[in-house]
Amino acid sequence: MDMQTNKKKLGLKEKYAHMTRGLDWETSYQSMDKVFPQATFEGIKIHDWDKWEDPFRLTMDSYWKYQAEKERKLYAVLDAFAQNNGHLGITDARYINAIKLFLTGISPLEYVAHRGFAAAGRNFPGVGPRVACLMQSLDEVRHAQTQIHALSNYNKHYDGFHDFKHMLERVWYLSVPKSFFDDAFSSGPFEWMIAIGFSFEYVLTNLLFVPFMSGAAYNGDMATVTFGFSAQSDEARHMTLGLECIKFMLEQDPDNLPIVQKWIDKWAWRGIRVLTLVGMMMDYMLPKRVMSWKEAWEIYFEQNGGALFGDLARYGVKVPECITQCTIDKEHISHQAWATFYQYGGAAAFHTWMPTDDEMDWLSAKYPTSFDKYYRARFTYWRDEAAKGNRFYTNTLPMLCQVCQIPMLFTEPDDPGQICYRESDYEGEKYHTCSDGCKKIFDDEPQKYIQAWLPVHQIYQGNCFPEGTDPTVEGFNPLAKVLEWYHLEHGKDNLDFEGSRDQKNFDTWRGLATKNT
Amino acid sequence: MSTVFIAFQTNDDTRPIIESILADNPHAVLDEQPAMVKINAEGHLVINRESIEERIGRHFDLQELQINLITISGHLDEDDDQFSLTWKN
Repeated sequence: MDMQTNKKKLGLKEKYAHMTRGLDWETSYQSMDKVFPQATFEGIKIHDWDKWEDPFRLTMDSYWKYQAEKERKLYAVLDAFAQNNGHLGITDARYINAIKLFLTGISPLEYVAHRGFAAAGRNFPGVGPRVACLMQSLDEVRHAQTQIHALSNYNKHYDGFHDFKHMLERVWYLSVPKSFFDDAFSSGPFEWMIAIGFSFEYVLTNLLFVPFMSGAAYNGDMATVTFGFSAQSDEARHMTLGLECIKFMLEQDPDNLPIVQKWIDKWAWRGIRVLTLVGMMMDYMLPKRVMSWKEAWEIYFEQNGGALFGDLARYGVKVPECITQCTIDKEHISHQAWATFYQYGGAAAFHTWMPTDDEMDWLSAKYPTSFDKYYRARFTYWRDEAAKGNRFYTNTLPMLCQVCQIPMLFTEPDDPGQICYRESDYEGEKYHTCSDGCKKIFDDEPQKYIQAWLPVHQIYQGNCFPEGTDPTVEGFNPLAKVLEWYHLEHGKDNLDFEGSRDQKNFDTWRGLATKNT
Repeated sequence: MSTVFIAFQTNDDTRPIIESILADNPHAVLDEQPAMVKINAEGHLVINRESIEERIGRHFDLQELQINLITISGHLDEDDDQFSLTWKN
């Protein structure tokens, strides 16, 4: 019988040192500055790139081995899910709308993150961060692919999953996540690392993946929870990269602190605004709820972020300045966002609905100071009107924030009954923002944000109709033409959940799955 | 003292890992959630290769943790024998 022996191998530290150092060379026929043109313009000073160390000490050979194992586990589950009609095991068909929003609004960003980390890896002159960025870039393309694969099974049965890539570049609310990543990608490599590597991955990604995926499990969606947790197993490494990156910048030169602090303030706020969509998914779109958005916020931002910033205080880093506003907002944003999507449900690529009485009771227990006082009466009124056949859809277009691109739906910090507007002048034009946080970002780089592709402005300028559309013909219906341009089929992909094709099909198929006649 | 944490998928691979962590970190608190297990600990948390090996009866590479890992909080340090998370404040 063969005896298993443990051959003496290189230790983790030695292996990491061998496989992440001395892999590069000094260029000779071009200057290093020309080869790495983006390394200095942001003002970050780096004196010794070798001080960079990945605490996981992961090398490419181990990376492939463990990633392959993750993929095998994931695809075994996806196969089982498809073979066993797993989609009929979810709590109810309203849930599917949460993953439509995930596929259209989040999965394509994984792909942008793949590109962004590939670019950051290319642009950093140090080998350590380049290896780490390469792994993260590969992780991100894996996430995009596995999410698309997992959700393609739903596309066989339900509406709204059919053209996420086309929609990302056109649909009004998808410009929110898209512009967030475009903003980060069009900055320099160091700002990208603070924006995505640190602020998004370390401070905010837990809010997206952990409670929401646990929620997917709770709602019987085996496919989503599995890709979510498979992706999240990479996130732990990404978070470590983000934290390492910020420590590295701060330790390299004291002049880096004010630049880094400005980016932390900016990207914490940008990220939190985008996560409004996740808050709404957790509080309204999961039929069976794990925890409220506010509870998730308190665990993963206030407690965990508090620990992080307490630790970074030794470098002089301060907690992001938006924290006061966020503490007020956590009571409101999920309700305000869902109210907006409900009203604009005619132009969304998923179904909307008003919560049941039980669900409203849950919301008022979770939001004792805000839900009953500001939202319940309005939601009950809309629901009663819909029951009478007067389902309300708004037909005008909202004003959008020039920075986060979210419709003006948020309220004043000191008055939840008053919509918040801020205004800036730049080169003779007026620009509107949704908050002090977004106004500050605009005022700091107006030349960047005046270029924003704002869906509402573009619709009004006539840029969002199918080619050959003549808006002057009699009876022209602009909304119908915009939906056509979005590849969104009116009456199937949009409108209320009640009476939708998804609702009918799910009920029929689940009936077939449990009965013989 | 701030809290560090680590979360794993709930499955057969992670059960002995979680047992080891709880045995080696008496101050750690287990938080079971749908499909996942989160372990919270004040200040510091350590995972020892040997403790896991005792439970599973085979050689274990700490990098295998990554397969079922969901999230962490704290400064990480990892070598062949130990995986640790710490907040220094």
